[in-house]
Amino acid sequence: MSHPDRRRFLELSAAGIGGAALAGGLPALAYAADASPFKPEKGASLQLLRWTGFVKNDDIIWLANTKKFEAATGVKVEIQSLSWPDVTPKAALAAQVGSGPDIIMGWNDDPFVYPDKLVDMSDLVDHMGKAHGGLYDNARSYCYDTDVKRWVAFPVGCTGNAVNYRKTWAKEAGFNEFPKDLDGMLKLARALKKNGHPIGFALGHAVGDANSWTHWILWAFGGKQANPDNSIAINSAETVHALEYAKQLHETMIPGVAGWLDPNNNQAFLAGQISMTMNGISIWYVAKDSSPAIFADMANAVPPAGPVKTPTVSNNFTSAFIFKYSKYPNAAKEYLRYMLDTAQATEWVTGMRGYVTPALKGYSELPIWTSDANITPYRDALAHAKYDGYNGRPGKAAAQALDEFVIVDMFADVCINNMSPKDAAKKAEQKLATIYKRA
Amino acid sequence: MTSRSLLVSRLDSPRVLGYLLVAPAAVLLLGLLAYPLFLGIWLSTTSATLGKAGTFVGFSNYATILADPTFRGAAFYSVFYTVFAELGKLVLGLALALLVNQRFRGYRSARSLMLLPWVAPTVLSALAWLWLLDPQFSALSWLLVKLHLIGENVDFLGHPWNARITLIVVNIWRGLPYFAIGYLAGLQGISKDLYEAAAIDGASGWRQFRSITWPLLLPITTILVAFSSIFTLTDFQLIWTITRGGPTDATQVFTTLAYQRAITGGQLGEGAAIAISPIVFMVVLAYFVVRSVRDR
Repeated sequence: MSHPDRRRFLELSAAGIGGAALAGGLPALAYAADASPFKPEKGASLQLLRWTGFVKNDDIIWLANTKKFEAATGVKVEIQSLSWPDVTPKAALAAQVGSGPDIIMGWNDDPFVYPDKLVDMSDLVDHMGKAHGGLYDNARSYCYDTDVKRWVAFPVGCTGNAVNYRKTWAKEAGFNEFPKDLDGMLKLARALKKNGHPIGFALGHAVGDANSWTHWILWAFGGKQANPDNSIAINSAETVHALEYAKQLHETMIPGVAGWLDPNNNQAFLAGQISMTMNGISIWYVAKDSSPAIFADMANAVPPAGPVKTPTVSNNFTSAFIFKYSKYPNAAKEYLRYMLDTAQATEWVTGMRGYVTPALKGYSELPIWTSDANITPYRDALAHAKYDGYNGRPGKAAAQALDEFVIVDMFADVCINNMSPKDAAKKAEQKLATIYKRA
Repeated sequence: MTSRSLLVSRLDSPRVLGYLLVAPAAVLLLGLLAYPLFLGIWLSTTSATLGKAGTFVGFSNYATILADPTFRGAAFYSVFYTVFAELGKLVLGLALALLVNQRFRGYRSARSLMLLPWVAPTVLSALAWLWLLDPQFSALSWLLVKLHLIGENVDFLGHPWNARITLIVVNIWRGLPYFAIGYLAGLQGISKDLYEAAAIDGASGWRQFRSITWPLLLPITTILVAFSSIFTLTDFQLIWTITRGGPTDATQVFTTLAYQRAITGGQLGEGAAIAISPIVFMVVLAYFVVRSVRDR
């Protein structure tokens, strides 16, 4: 992967605010209002709807930075937090009734469901991209709508995914290091199962955890949901190979994964019931507080590569979008600019210890990412990422396919319904054809 | 005639007073029930998406969903879920009512306790069930393993048919008190004289149940089954909280699929068509309710 030049990033940081402000000591200096192209409207106030952080410092630092913004601009910001899967329906409701929060921090393809209702964010994206070392390709995939041909959301980042495993059990199974390829991982999983330590990846309708690992395996074998012209591409030899692999991997899993929703893999891992799973870094932090013995023995690794030879990660991407009904779009843009500007974002990302991987490449240089080897895999989550609906056009169709768990159910059909990989791929192809036609 | 006496005389008229008294309820019904219903029917005939009104497309959304295997699967499970949950609730509810209709020590407390599943918020009880059904940490599995009845945890939700049956059991648990309390009221309305007369004639307990209790409980049964079927057919919270329609869409029902397609997927027209489609069943059920109430 390529990271932006460290010197350039430091120059930008220094130009923006200075080291004292980076530490949060001089908030007034951090607000370079004159340099910002976004001037809040007179008497502006904002409502922000965002997801509740899994890491305590996320909410705390975001709120503290918001207070600094209020003090610097006089713009009041009311923050409403919801459990992360509840943000999508709430945002949909706001789009439908034309009333609600000015800014919503949503997930994945949310903005593509109602792009006409959203403010053009191209100027903010351009400004921030230039100031912070550019954006990962994944940001464009989730925030630039190819139908309306503009940025409909500002890419914040992702809660990245990595493989979490138990070091001691892996060593007992003959693996001193985590395998770099899927063949090695299958061998490890089989040895772990043989030693009485099954692995566990969610295969029920778990929005985050089931989608993440099934997409990773699909892409690792070169499987694609669609072609660039949005014709369906799922029914391929690559998909069949991915499903055959998943079937073998499923045989090493603890019983019941097809009934798992998002919390289950965390609970099973932290109870020592499974030896390996895929999750955001929150599982590592929770282990630190609740299961010190597991924390000491666990490690996080970049998901191994398959036949395509490069890592292929599926993350939960979060973006901020402003609805056209907002009376204060400039204030909203300025708020987002401020919150993701160097001083605030450095504090936020560092305080969360990497829970959110920013879409702005410059932040990959923050020292937090290399402060612990278990954080580093999450730094690269976006560099290795593909997007929902890959390799088709991001948009409504991809969003609906994700909502309907087409890829997850294709894997589950093979793993629990004993459907042949070819039949499962064909069934998914039919479902996708219906979805892409109606979208 | 003074204005006050004019007002009094008008209010004395049954027609005026009747309309006045009915007006608040009528406004509420029209605003909160009729309007959303007709809006839903209208939306189902349009190509509306989130934020876009769309255009009139006739029955095209219905044709699309009828050709969709996911919808057909959801329709199948909705009916299966409703039929077996209602059967379970009817049989067990009646048994429970017969039990608590007896005078025994603590019978009043038993009647109160029996209502708990019904009065507990659905989401809370669904979350409690989610724990009870967890493939790794289920208290139910733990108990059965400890009693040496099974060797390993039951995979309640990880296989399509396990999940389908489990959700029906949870629904029965939740809806049981509704049937029990309804039947209890019905049982207490049956004259004791009838049983005394039957006993004098030498009728057995089963014969008394078959010839007195059950026939006299039939009207209340119709109402209970009809109302409960409507609740069950439109159940959302239990299923969404426990399985989100999985695994592999095995527990998808009309409501979860409509929500998924209309709200998170943005296809309002098609989602509305899915939500409206069980109305056929509901109209039939409503007919039986109305007829039963009239007959009484």
